[in-house]
Amino acid sequence: MNSAALVRRDLRLAYRRRGELATPVVFFIIVTALFPLALGSEPQLLRRLAPGVIWVAALLASLIGQDSLFKNDYEDGSLEQMLLSPAALEWLTLLRVLTHWLVTGLPLVILSLLMGLLLNYPLDSLDVLAGSLLLGTPVLSFLGAVGAALTVSLRRSGMLLPILVLPLTVPVLIFGAAAAERAMQGEPVAAPLYFLAAMLVLAVTLAPFAIAGGLRVSLES
Amino acid sequence: MTAQPSPALTLAARGLAVWRGDRCLCRDLAFELHGGQALHLQGPNGAGKTSLIRVLTGLGRCDAGEVLWQGEPLRRNSAGYRAALAYLGHNNGVKLGLSPRENLAAAGALMDTPASADIDKALAEVGLSESADLLCGALSMGQRRRTALARLQLSRAVLWFLDEPLASLDVAGAALVNRILKTHLAAGGMVVFATHQALELAPFPVLAVKLGTPA
Repeated sequence: MNSAALVRRDLRLAYRRRGELATPVVFFIIVTALFPLALGSEPQLLRRLAPGVIWVAALLASLIGQDSLFKNDYEDGSLEQMLLSPAALEWLTLLRVLTHWLVTGLPLVILSLLMGLLLNYPLDSLDVLAGSLLLGTPVLSFLGAVGAALTVSLRRSGMLLPILVLPLTVPVLIFGAAAAERAMQGEPVAAPLYFLAAMLVLAVTLAPFAIAGGLRVSLES
Repeated sequence: MTAQPSPALTLAARGLAVWRGDRCLCRDLAFELHGGQALHLQGPNGAGKTSLIRVLTGLGRCDAGEVLWQGEPLRRNSAGYRAALAYLGHNNGVKLGLSPRENLAAAGALMDTPASADIDKALAEVGLSESADLLCGALSMGQRRRTALARLQLSRAVLWFLDEPLASLDVAGAALVNRILKTHLAAGGMVVFATHQALELAPFPVLAVKLGTPA
């Protein structure tokens, strides 16, 4: 199996439907931008809320694209080919989720710098905010992929997926927002970032097995 | 030309029972297929041909009995079995956002096979040389099916599973499927297929499994 060629194929497909992939990114921008409009332009209040707002918006945005993670492959039969290929399904799903994160999660990390400024988040702590998202959003992608694998054969899984996955994302949200919050107040941020890193390690190593299992069950009948 | 079944390859089913919901699609099904032989699954719409093919590939689950490849149950050596089989289902497994050439290259990356010269040859064989670089989304259903047939030929699999291979193909396409299958059988390969139309595979032996009418 040629992993690089598979990643290239996924990136090429992503580029050809870039409009669809831009949806979560635009959603993230709009939701974050709504808060100053609704809460008024008091800088201190916005700063106080910034870590939570950005993290919740990133969490919701990352869920938007998850539904399509395996759906297209399911509908055109590519998923069957993946399952029947001699390559390990776990490895294929790992590649798929990482590629998906590159095109949907990474833009959120980069944009968070801009949205932080919009919400008056302190300039010298922006690196921690982006860092927490850099560690956290891949975990969200893996969790979402488990849900996507389990619901891939259902016709209307649009709302089921967030309901399944959102409760699982709570720890990521807590530690992610805590890191950004502590950085803003000048407190040490190592602990929440380490927790996020630990969750990322667990997600990368364990989630592919759950995703592959979910796909096998979904295609069984 | 006489076709001698080669005993080196064996796909067998023993006491196979498949239930979907509360309906029994088949019960106590047994067969043994060797290299150079084809197996034709017959039955009216809804009889369970697709379900049975999926069970034989290992995608679906059977409720009793077992499928044996080279005398070993599938789950004992599932990676080895997957390396030996190729599957063409109802859905082509062709990405509409990629051209036929890109689709075959991606399939090759998954199967660890072909060079680009092989891809050109396979595309020419199914008559897609001229549309090789158009997006599959812009091709007709028959052309997408031909792309999937080209993938089948690129794979080095000995055991082919075809579910309605003639779907959306024209007369020339049907002749193409016949030709491809005969070449495969002549090389000692095995084919399991489900069709309503007849495939002309003589002189190769075609076993038949008849599935009952839906209740």
